[in-house]
Amino acid sequence: MEIILAIITGVLYASGIYMILRRSMVKLILGIILLGNGVNLLIFLLGRITKGQPPIIDSTEKALEGIYADPIPQALILTAIVISFGLQAFAIILVKRAYKVLKTDDLDQLNTTDEDS
Amino acid sequence: MLGAVLLGFLFSLFLVFAGSYFRGKLAVLSSLIPLSLFVYFLTFIPEISSGEVIYESYEWIPSFGVNLSFTLDGLALLFALMITGVGSLVFLYTSAYLKDHKYLDRFYGYLSLFMAAMLGLVLSDNLMSLFIFWELTSISSFYLIGFNNDKADSRKSALVALGITGIGGLLLLGGAVLLGDVVGTYRISEMLSMRDAITDSSNYLLILLLIFGAAFTKSAQFPFHFWLPGAMKAPTPVSTYLHSATMVKAGVYLLFRMTPVLNGGDIWHTVLIVVGAITMIYSAVHIIFRTDLKGILAYSTISALGILVFLIGIGTQAALIAAAVFIVVHALYKASLFLITGIIDHETGTRDVTQLAGLRKVLLPVAIAGFIAALISGGVPPTLGFVGKDLIYESTLHFKNNAVLLTIIAISTNVLLFYAGFVAGVKPFMGKLPKKFEKLHLPSPLMWVPPLIMTIAGLVFGLFPSLIETTFAKPIAMTQAIAFEDFHLKLWHGFNTILGLSAITLVLGVVLYFTLKPSHALENKIAKLDFIAPEVLLLKLSEGFAVFSKYWTNFFQTGYLRHYISIVVAFLILLLGYLIFSDFSLETDFSTLADLTIYEISILLMLLMGVLYTVFTKSRLAAVAALGVVGLSFSLLFLFYSAPDLAMTQFSVDTLTVILFVLVLYKLPKYLNFSNKWLRMKHGVLSVSFGVLITLLILRVLKEPKNTEISEFYAENAYKLAHGKNVVNVILVDFRGIDTMIEISVLIVAALGVFGLLKLRLKTRDKK
Repeated sequence: MEIILAIITGVLYASGIYMILRRSMVKLILGIILLGNGVNLLIFLLGRITKGQPPIIDSTEKALEGIYADPIPQALILTAIVISFGLQAFAIILVKRAYKVLKTDDLDQLNTTDEDS
Repeated sequence: MLGAVLLGFLFSLFLVFAGSYFRGKLAVLSSLIPLSLFVYFLTFIPEISSGEVIYESYEWIPSFGVNLSFTLDGLALLFALMITGVGSLVFLYTSAYLKDHKYLDRFYGYLSLFMAAMLGLVLSDNLMSLFIFWELTSISSFYLIGFNNDKADSRKSALVALGITGIGGLLLLGGAVLLGDVVGTYRISEMLSMRDAITDSSNYLLILLLIFGAAFTKSAQFPFHFWLPGAMKAPTPVSTYLHSATMVKAGVYLLFRMTPVLNGGDIWHTVLIVVGAITMIYSAVHIIFRTDLKGILAYSTISALGILVFLIGIGTQAALIAAAVFIVVHALYKASLFLITGIIDHETGTRDVTQLAGLRKVLLPVAIAGFIAALISGGVPPTLGFVGKDLIYESTLHFKNNAVLLTIIAISTNVLLFYAGFVAGVKPFMGKLPKKFEKLHLPSPLMWVPPLIMTIAGLVFGLFPSLIETTFAKPIAMTQAIAFEDFHLKLWHGFNTILGLSAITLVLGVVLYFTLKPSHALENKIAKLDFIAPEVLLLKLSEGFAVFSKYWTNFFQTGYLRHYISIVVAFLILLLGYLIFSDFSLETDFSTLADLTIYEISILLMLLMGVLYTVFTKSRLAAVAALGVVGLSFSLLFLFYSAPDLAMTQFSVDTLTVILFVLVLYKLPKYLNFSNKWLRMKHGVLSVSFGVLITLLILRVLKEPKNTEISEFYAENAYKLAHGKNVVNVILVDFRGIDTMIEISVLIVAALGVFGLLKLRLKTRDKK
């Protein structure tokens, strides 16, 4: 299973980078989201995967014991998901705004600060 | 001594605030600073001449071994007295030379900054502080050369000088670090006892090259000499002070200081002798082709610096004493000649030696000073110049190799220097006074007294060489020479070879002076050879470098986002690829891996299809929907692998993102196909190889054992310390609570940004 997940992570990275390299701003955002998912999966995998043992302490116990999923990668990923949501929302609105003002979705036309170009 | 070094810095700082008071008549008072320092250093003479060395040390950055350690021995005292002594006279002279100049206070600020830096340089016992002061002299010199900053060539000369001496500074830093590495200290006085360790070390050659580079650039040795004639664009007091008497001797000082540390045999001697000899003869010959008084003096200065390097290269006790005496001789006559040139320039408005004549009738005291300076420069008895020249011949004659050749080079140089001194110091005053100069009158005594003082000092020291002997020559020989033998400086040695050589020099010099007249024709002849001059070659090199760096920058800084990302990714691929393939095996222990079940496989297939569809679809809406599929697959995946919190978060966030996307983007036009097939292929290869590398990296990491220390801490203490049973939640809101709070504020900022962008009305543009 880990091997397949590793391959999936690679696919996510590859498609994320590929999308970022496009000229369309929407694709840039899609690429960033895909890459972000890839990173989350990478962190998740590096914490090792465990089936059916969430890091929740049993109601009768006082500490986690036996086999349990590593809580630290989960905490990290949770933070990452929320932060990337903030980034995505901002980027989406920014693209919309930029399109409204500049009437283009092409990144190559945005590499100057001159107003008339 | 720290106070003495700081005084100049403080004074220049003081001028920043009180400068306006020092522009007028009070300007002359600023010479009290160097004068008081001069007197202060004079008081050390008894101690130093009895052979004592004074140390002083203040901690600065002790962890790096960088301290403000000062040492005052014969060599440092010689330079300190020269810096403050010539400094006092130059400060006096300036107050009249630049009288009522708009920026006189600024000029004094730079000058005292320079003086302080120079004092720090010669007193430093720590190579690092020496380096810092060294750089400070370069910087203050930059401001002084470019003082007439409204003239383009002035600015250019300043830049060239800064460039050359700046490179030298870098070399010095390199040499200092290497040297410190070898001996484990930056204190020069501690290095003295470790000479063998240094000369035996594998870095010895490199250290030597770096130190030589520093000294040669600073002291204008061939082929870096050209910045010095350029630096003559500076006002005359600057040329006098920096570019004849003090700063250019910093390189010589460094070599002198390093002699007991680095002098390790043939390389030291050969390089210094060869470079010194080339410099002294090359620039001495150049003198013949100059008509500008300052040009003549500039080249004769370079030549004199060549002699000093040459003498240090010879390195015997006699040569070192000769160098020490010659430093004094040169400072005295060259500074006077520069000041005299400044007076002539100031009064007549020209420095062209072919137009100047007969000025003795109007500028008599100046003429006297010029005449004595020429005598010192030519080494005519009974001046100190004669003593200096004798010592030079004595050291070349007794050198073990090529004594005759070295002596001939020294004689030819001295003949040309004799010529230079007389052209600059005597010729403008002789002959018939042209009509246009008849109305000239003597300038303020502040201008003509300083050169007179210096030249008379040259006479007095010549008549009583013991003054020099006990104060500097002996202490220097004791600290710098390898083995000290007692000696006496004398004006009269009796009839011997050296006297004969001196006589030959004088006769040839007189003949040259009367036969060769400086003319523009000669000047034009040499100008034709300019295309192979080191200056032109080096300037071309720097232009070439500018062109190269332009291409280099344009290659990497295209302004297109995808180029930057391509470069970053490509570099990462190279780096990671190298690391992974240099240490990689694909063996995997399948028993430790989780099992595959059919529902996992179906989710993964769904995820994969979602990703591929996002990438390849032609419809934006479809891409967004596919992205939603990816996100939801993720949340299922998290659910299976024991991360319910992640599953919930991912689910809500992804739903929100898709909704937002659809709401905002459905108004945008369809995808435009911007890229061609070739570009897509290129990017495809780049991204796929990056993905493959990441996969390999993960597989590699999975083989390593996992550190569970931190997880165990949380598992153990989540309930006991924080009273929560969901460990992930406890980490986020309790153990790392402040992080989460900051995260929330990031989200608030993003939300404000979104709100702002939605509400923003660009009024001016809307009207268009």
